[in-house]
Amino acid sequence: MIGENVAAADRTRLMDMIIAAQSRLGYLSDETLSAIASEVGIAYVDVVDTASFYAFFSRAPQGRCQIRFSKTPVSLVKGAADVVRAFEKALATPLGTTSPDGITLNWTSDIGMADQEPACLINGTVFANLEPADAAGIVDEVRTMIANDALPGFPGYGNAAAFSSAKAGCASNVVLAGEVLFAPMTPGSGLRAALAMTPEEVIDEVRRSGLRGRGGAGFPTGMKWGLTRRANGEARYIICNADEGEPGTFKDRVLLVEAPGLVFEGLTIAGYALGAKIGLIYLRAEYAYLFGDLQRVLGERRRLGLLGERTGGREGFDFDIRIQLGAGAYICGEESALIESLEGKRGAPRDRPPYPTDRGYLGQPTSVNNVETLACVPRIIERGANWFSKIGTAESKGTKLMCLSGDCAKPGVYEVPFGITLNELLDLAGGADAEAVQVSGAAGECVAPKDFGRSLCYEDLSTAGSTMVFGPERDVLEIVLQFAEFFADESCGWCVPCRIGTVLLKENLEKTRHGLASREDLARLERLAGTVRKMSRCGLGQTAPNPILSTLRNFPHIYESKLIGGDDVRIDLQAALRDARALRTVSALKQDGA
Amino acid sequence: MSAPALRFSVDGAPVEAKAGQTIIEACDDAGIYIPRLCYRADLPPGGQCRLCTCKVNGRYAAACVTPVTPAIAVENDTPELRAERNTIVEMLFVEGNHPCPFCEKSGNCDLQAMAYRFGLSATELTYQFPNRDIDATHPEIFLDRNTCILCGLCIRASRSADGKAVFGFENRGARTQLTVNSPDGLAGTDIATADRAAAVCPVGCIVVKGTGYETPYGERPYDRQPIGADIEAQRHPSAERKDADV
Ligand SMILES: Cc1cc2nc3c(=O)[nH]c(=O)nc-3n(C[C@H](O)[C@H](O)[C@H](O)COP(=O)(O)O)c2cc1C
Ligand code: SF4
Ligand code: SF4
Ligand code: SF4
Repeated sequence: MIGENVAAADRTRLMDMIIAAQSRLGYLSDETLSAIASEVGIAYVDVVDTASFYAFFSRAPQGRCQIRFSKTPVSLVKGAADVVRAFEKALATPLGTTSPDGITLNWTSDIGMADQEPACLINGTVFANLEPADAAGIVDEVRTMIANDALPGFPGYGNAAAFSSAKAGCASNVVLAGEVLFAPMTPGSGLRAALAMTPEEVIDEVRRSGLRGRGGAGFPTGMKWGLTRRANGEARYIICNADEGEPGTFKDRVLLVEAPGLVFEGLTIAGYALGAKIGLIYLRAEYAYLFGDLQRVLGERRRLGLLGERTGGREGFDFDIRIQLGAGAYICGEESALIESLEGKRGAPRDRPPYPTDRGYLGQPTSVNNVETLACVPRIIERGANWFSKIGTAESKGTKLMCLSGDCAKPGVYEVPFGITLNELLDLAGGADAEAVQVSGAAGECVAPKDFGRSLCYEDLSTAGSTMVFGPERDVLEIVLQFAEFFADESCGWCVPCRIGTVLLKENLEKTRHGLASREDLARLERLAGTVRKMSRCGLGQTAPNPILSTLRNFPHIYESKLIGGDDVRIDLQAALRDARALRTVSALKQDGA
Repeated sequence: MSAPALRFSVDGAPVEAKAGQTIIEACDDAGIYIPRLCYRADLPPGGQCRLCTCKVNGRYAAACVTPVTPAIAVENDTPELRAERNTIVEMLFVEGNHPCPFCEKSGNCDLQAMAYRFGLSATELTYQFPNRDIDATHPEIFLDRNTCILCGLCIRASRSADGKAVFGFENRGARTQLTVNSPDGLAGTDIATADRAAAVCPVGCIVVKGTGYETPYGERPYDRQPIGADIEAQRHPSAERKDADV
């Protein structure tokens, strides 16, 4: 079990200790946090700082069973609200509360299941393709498990086999396998090819392949490795970013299920190239159900000599991999926040410079790479940079995993060469009547049909893979509002423009959607979006206004049609007073009841 | 021999920096004021308020955490940045609860002074009217979180100047709040009135009791001169902006 073998006083394992306490006790009391603080030898306030940050930790008693429904534009389109209502009914318990027998219902941010929504996590086990009719059966089974003390761990690593429900577990849905990532592989073949080269040659091969980061920013991987290797430090670290929090993406989950060996081998080759002794995988809590299988694959690779002492038979190369579980925070996908979290702190990003390649994990040179980026590496080393760089476009080499979801006939993962147009992708997935496509997740761009001819690659429409398709009957403003809510929930809160700005953007959008905004409000919305974009500290705040700005640009009519009263807005004071009175009555009642 | 000075420009005027200085340090030395709320020269920077965001070679960057590199062109006092900074100050006013007329910090408050310097009197942003806890457990020091702007200065001061860890953050996003190193509130911590952390708060959140309203109106620090005037007084008369010459 995580956290049990952690040496006391190892602050970098604070996350594991808090996860263990949360699992054992169900919540984190002040006493628990104090005890952890004295065990690790840090201030109580530092433990509070970390424990209070993550969505999957709770400081108040909760039910033994946590049901978290994924709330995204896609899940809502697929009927998540009806599913939640059915669970509320089956439990006679409203969302956000706990039933008398200890079942807590909540929304959560995207859980990486956009191709199988509505979906939820029940104590870490994933349930997919839910319908309202499933609720009663699942609730009954959970109740029986609670009564027999047979519910898988809390928050647990999930165990679909423990449930009889056909909806437990998830599919990989690889609709189109390409020549790079989903081709068959022999464990060790890429590593052996790498060990036949010097570390510098490996970096050079990766540089010549043209491989760029698949996590969003598209930074050239060979260059990042070169910078890390050349930086001054006592140790070097390679980190695999498996936080995959961007709404609508699930390709890293599929890679970790279908080709974990490829990912581990990429990480091992990176370790050799950088001169690292340890590779860390930061796995989002939402994917905790993969933890056990991944550990088994790691164990198998150790037995094969592909990890551990004399890795791959190379004297002096003792490389191993550790998986660190997150605890529910989108911001921890941002590389410097991820590093902070790995060090046992809240996931607040760092200011740059210094960049992680100079001073990353524990202040040492560190390369953070996406799961998919690392999975490309063994192929490049085995088959050569020339082979890889023939696929794709001038600036975007290789294939890209696209995650199709929403209004399309065949949602799932598509491995396609870079440069494919959005139209071609929509045809493949059966989404030809799309009216709007959200490319690259909430932080990406909402594209209108006039731009469906654009190519998906770094030089045109850049994407990390998330492709959410919305048909003509969908309300674009509702989608934008959903993203605005996502950013307000996931802002780390460190800096002013994002902490407050994301909330104000959401409020302004709500006003617009309810038809209460004037032209002046719309101008304000745009100005505010600009402030958040320019003044925020990290990529989260800098991209949070993208859904708003791109829909204002590409779907202006949707906003126009909602405006009230032209330029001369008059308020119906009587109606406003009535609303205010109604609101006051509601809150007065709440206070009485409390 | 000392390291050679780095030359760069701020709004067109040439400025020199010592090696290793951040933009805000070099500008403070040169008498160029860059607005800030979460920065103190003797504490490590935190990058929370973003008020000091400038354009550095065309890209937005916070001056308190960005080192000077040779020949960078910094834009500081431009209409665009002034407008963005106004919005940030307005955001802070609507995020908390700020009853300036009867706040003990009035006249000595960096947030209020910044609003005066910027000429702000009202905002179009929506007031959040949050419910925030006060902490009155300590006999000598009082916490009124209503005015806390989460600048992190007390957290950094406690650690780097006082060698303690009295303060920290709790929760995330809009629910972030200041917390203290004890489940029993400030009284359970080792804070002392002489601590830097007790004196560093730029607003009226950390109040040392028995010191309130000591200075009469008209003589309070920001009654006498606007925020930033002390730094601007350092400016050498010959270092005016180039474009002002023509
Ligand atoms: C808010 C935010 C969230 C991010 N989430 C992820 C993520 O879940 N996975 C990922 O690989 N990169 C994510 N990134 C990008 C990382 O910061 C980093 O660029 C990436 O992991 C580098 O790997 P690559 O070069 O292989 O793409 C995120 C960035 C931001 C600003
Ligand atoms: S932009 Fe948002 S997520 Fe990033 S540091 Fe600021 S508050 Fe945190
Ligand atoms: S802290 Fe400053 S801005 Fe807030 S009420 Fe007091 S004087 Fe006004
Ligand atoms: S209490 Fe004062 S110094 Fe501390 S974070 Fe709040 S505003 Fe800043």
